[in-house]
Amino acid sequence: MKSLKIFEEVYSKEVIDKNFSRREALTKGLGFGLKAALAAIPFGILDVLNNKANATPDNPTIVGILNFALTLEYLESTFYTTGLNTSGLIPSSDVKVMMQISKHETAHVAVLKQTITSLSGTPVAQPNFDFTAGGAFSDVFTNYQTFLALSNAFEDTGVRAYKGQAAGLLGTGAVLTAALDIHSVEARHASEVRRLRGLKGWISNAEANGLPAAIYAGEDNTTEGTIAVGTITTAPAVSITEAFDEPLTMAQVLAIAGPFIKS
Amino acid sequence: MKNEKENLQDYLQETLYAPLDRKKFLKYSALSGGALVLGLASCHKDNNGGGSNSNAIDVGSGDPGILNFAYALEQLEAAFYIMVNASFYSGATTAEKQVLSDIMNHEIAHRDLFKAALGSGAIATLQFDFSSVDFTSRASVLGTAKALEDTGVSAYNGAGQYIASSDYLTLAGKIVSVEARHAAAIRDLLNPKSADFAGDDVVSASTGLDFSRTPNSTTGGPSIVATANTFLKTKISATKLP
Repeated sequence: MKSLKIFEEVYSKEVIDKNFSRREALTKGLGFGLKAALAAIPFGILDVLNNKANATPDNPTIVGILNFALTLEYLESTFYTTGLNTSGLIPSSDVKVMMQISKHETAHVAVLKQTITSLSGTPVAQPNFDFTAGGAFSDVFTNYQTFLALSNAFEDTGVRAYKGQAAGLLGTGAVLTAALDIHSVEARHASEVRRLRGLKGWISNAEANGLPAAIYAGEDNTTEGTIAVGTITTAPAVSITEAFDEPLTMAQVLAIAGPFIKS
Repeated sequence: MKNEKENLQDYLQETLYAPLDRKKFLKYSALSGGALVLGLASCHKDNNGGGSNSNAIDVGSGDPGILNFAYALEQLEAAFYIMVNASFYSGATTAEKQVLSDIMNHEIAHRDLFKAALGSGAIATLQFDFSSVDFTSRASVLGTAKALEDTGVSAYNGAGQYIASSDYLTLAGKIVSVEARHAAAIRDLLNPKSADFAGDDVVSASTGLDFSRTPNSTTGGPSIVATANTFLKTKISATKLP
């Protein structure tokens, strides 16, 4: 029960604090630390991510990565389904976009479950979500701008999450290709949602545009491999940061997504 | 009488999708699930569009081959957007110019990074033929941009599983998502706030997967290599890649 104790200590101090304002939530709430976020993930999910729930998967590492992806897709698909089912939330001008995104996220859930099963793994069960993140986004389904902001957050995080797992799927052939084929769709979504928010479709520097800084940490990188890109191109510095999306580790992603996963 | 733009659209339609119609193409691609495994293509002398010929620059094999293939596509994209930005089509809005200028700079950064990463192993600087594009026409420019971006996405997605180095795979991942962001933005300019940013013509409605194609795959029409060659004075080939 060591994890539970961490959960109580950290979460009670930092998240359930009555004085934890919306502003604080926006600026640091989702990036309040890996320890807290990991503790906030329901134990069942951590077990699956650690493959304790998979008796004999063909490849535990691959199944773990796919269950991690499945968890994010559950989050996204539930988010859009809930939004589309909330009368008066999404303006009619944007419904076609949200329906298309929702269709894809629901399909991603099915594809990942199928792939995990085909590898003799066990797909993680769908968690219960709290899209207010403990009240930090209490108007997520009544204020469209909040909904759009979280959509932006989930899509950009999704892009970084898949990117961070690509190397872990090296040599898996069709599984890697499927992950890449989802990854680029998340990027199409991200671009469109950002544009709906009046932003560029791409990420300039590490600009968070009102979202938690953790989501964009490292996006201002301008060194690829050993090459300082600014020294070998005429493209402006900000364009270099836009031209390369950066990965997040599984732990970084869980720190961002954790507060939305209730149980 | 058709204008140049319509001819180009017809051409792209033919080269990208012929002989299958769009619906069949979608079905076929969805069935393949992006998991096509093709044998190494042998050198064809006549694969419809100059996929390879004796005068072509071959991109090579293994990871350097894939990087050179990507380098060729990035050279093509950069050259196209440089032309677009040199003289915008009439009526281009400030927002459109910003998007097209940003994309140009991204493609230049991609191009230059591949050149630096490949070093002495890089293929030559390519010469281009954009006579099929009407740079004064919004529809021609954005239509071509859309085709190039979608092609780029499917090319990176299709090549990914053949990359041996995890560093290069991650690098390709860093770039492909930006190409996908471009594709969505261009599609949004053409058909704002519709489903087209990730339309059913490029993302399978049943699986939610973007289409992926290996360099020489002729599923649904001529290969990416052949399509790229339609814009190239110096042809390329990828005889040692799938």
